[in-house]
Amino acid sequence: MALTKTEVEKIAHLARLHVSDIEAEEVARGVSDILALIDKMQSVDTDNVEPLAHPFDAAQKLRPDVVTESDRRDELQQLAPQSQDGLFLVPKVIE
Amino acid sequence: MIEKTVAELSAALAAGETTSVALTQAYLEQIAAHNEALNAFITVCADSAMAQARAADEARAAGSTAPLLGIPIAHKDLFCTAGVKTTSGSKILHNFISPYDATVVERLQAAGAVMLGKTNMDEFAMGSSNESSYYGVARNPWSLDRVPGGSSGGSAAAVAADLCAMATGTDTGGSIRQPAAFCGITGLKPSYGRVSRWGMIAYASSLDQAGPLCKTAEDAAILLNVMAGVDDKDSTSISLPAEDFTATLNDSLKGLRIGLPKQHFTRGLNPAIESAVRLAVAELEKLGAEVKEIDLPNSDLAISAYYVIAPAEASANLSRFDGVRYGYRCENPVDLEDMYKRSRSEGFGEEVKRRIMIGTYALSAGFYDAYYRKAQKIRRLVKEDYARAFEDVDVIIGPTTPSPAFALNSMKDSVTMYLEDIYTIALNLAGLPGMSVPAGFVEGLPIGMQLVAKDYAEAKLLNVAHQFQQVTDWHKQKPSLTASAKTTEA
Repeated sequence: MALTKTEVEKIAHLARLHVSDIEAEEVARGVSDILALIDKMQSVDTDNVEPLAHPFDAAQKLRPDVVTESDRRDELQQLAPQSQDGLFLVPKVIE
Repeated sequence: MIEKTVAELSAALAAGETTSVALTQAYLEQIAAHNEALNAFITVCADSAMAQARAADEARAAGSTAPLLGIPIAHKDLFCTAGVKTTSGSKILHNFISPYDATVVERLQAAGAVMLGKTNMDEFAMGSSNESSYYGVARNPWSLDRVPGGSSGGSAAAVAADLCAMATGTDTGGSIRQPAAFCGITGLKPSYGRVSRWGMIAYASSLDQAGPLCKTAEDAAILLNVMAGVDDKDSTSISLPAEDFTATLNDSLKGLRIGLPKQHFTRGLNPAIESAVRLAVAELEKLGAEVKEIDLPNSDLAISAYYVIAPAEASANLSRFDGVRYGYRCENPVDLEDMYKRSRSEGFGEEVKRRIMIGTYALSAGFYDAYYRKAQKIRRLVKEDYARAFEDVDVIIGPTTPSPAFALNSMKDSVTMYLEDIYTIALNLAGLPGMSVPAGFVEGLPIGMQLVAKDYAEAKLLNVAHQFQQVTDWHKQKPSLTASAKTTEA
């Protein structure tokens, strides 16, 4: 199926990507080509097939809820574009 | 010395015929001579490598016999390395210095390996050519106007051109096996869960697996011995009885049952590759193997299911890149949404954005059943195909790729490129182990034979590949490199 420019803009917003008007048509074309490849799946009857989420088909392993990591806050925050007093700084959210 | 295998280097070091310092120096010189042309490394760590080499020589003098002691390795640039930049081939991580080592890195270092640097790759491992790297394409040592394959293209090119003795890679849909085939080396994708993924930057979490790229099956066994093992930090890593993958390399292939999937020898396969693979299979028959044709009826659907599942998981995994905690942030954002959108749009390349879009679409309200759930059902059909086939055979063999390494910039669109992975992708959906070993040359370029075994039967794969390499010398062929600076003999 082919995507419209409006659909591309909606998906881009969901993915928090910025797509310009010029790019939107190109993206629509690229994405539509891939969807055509994907749509081959629809020709197969899978009504009685259970979905397989994972090669093991197993549930998530659990571990005891204990603290195993040391506190490396300052070290980790050095990687941030902007941080101060243990906080990550972002543009103002609430006026 | 630099052309030697890990097994040979290990013996030479133990016998005192060379030192880790001398070896590391020789590889660094080879990198200096050829990396400009190959662009196989994004980062070279000359000083820390020499320091590790000196430490390895001292440890040996003090009696250490760690399995990879003093042997130089290169890591794909999506394994986190403490203190050394880790980019995942992306602009969005251009300044990311990990505060910790990936488990794979840690295990290899504990085994004595010396890290030469970080290798080039398709951005976030999304690609089959290395052309989506933000750091420029890596080139194929056999022909500089050809791609080395991807996504572990830098690792494959580095091993093929003797820029390192061994390298790590990751494989989500063929990213170890296809570049190994294109560069004429040996690559192993272990079973899902065999190797810890902690500290490995995620692409598609139900498919990703780490493995070695090296010169021989024996080396792959030595590396897997070190890399494999359960890890509390990766809940998808599997606890299995300890295994020495080198122990069964010399087992006889008499009575081995080989299956050739008819779907892997049909339209689209380069006829010269077909002949080469059939000749390779004939060599295995001479060693006592029995061959039969098998049926993998859902082969064609694997690519379709993959291009739902992988992008869907990628869209979730890559949501962590938001310009807040690490990596690239856009200039002067006007508000939070602008910061998210522009940081991501300026930081990610085209192919990554395309896959995020596909994945977001497939998971969006109203489409989940038609795409993601449908793809998971196809995934079960693909896995069942293999399970059925393995009732009658021990190993499945076919070509790794439909064609030899293609020319740079020759793929017109994404879908054409995706179809290059037609033989490799199903294994990731099924979680099975697979290898590519050199099996001949087409148009002067190396081609690979893919071997597939049951879950956790890596030892069988390595045994078959090793026996094949005892009677063939495709894996010993070397590209002739014209030095951009100077050539060096170790």
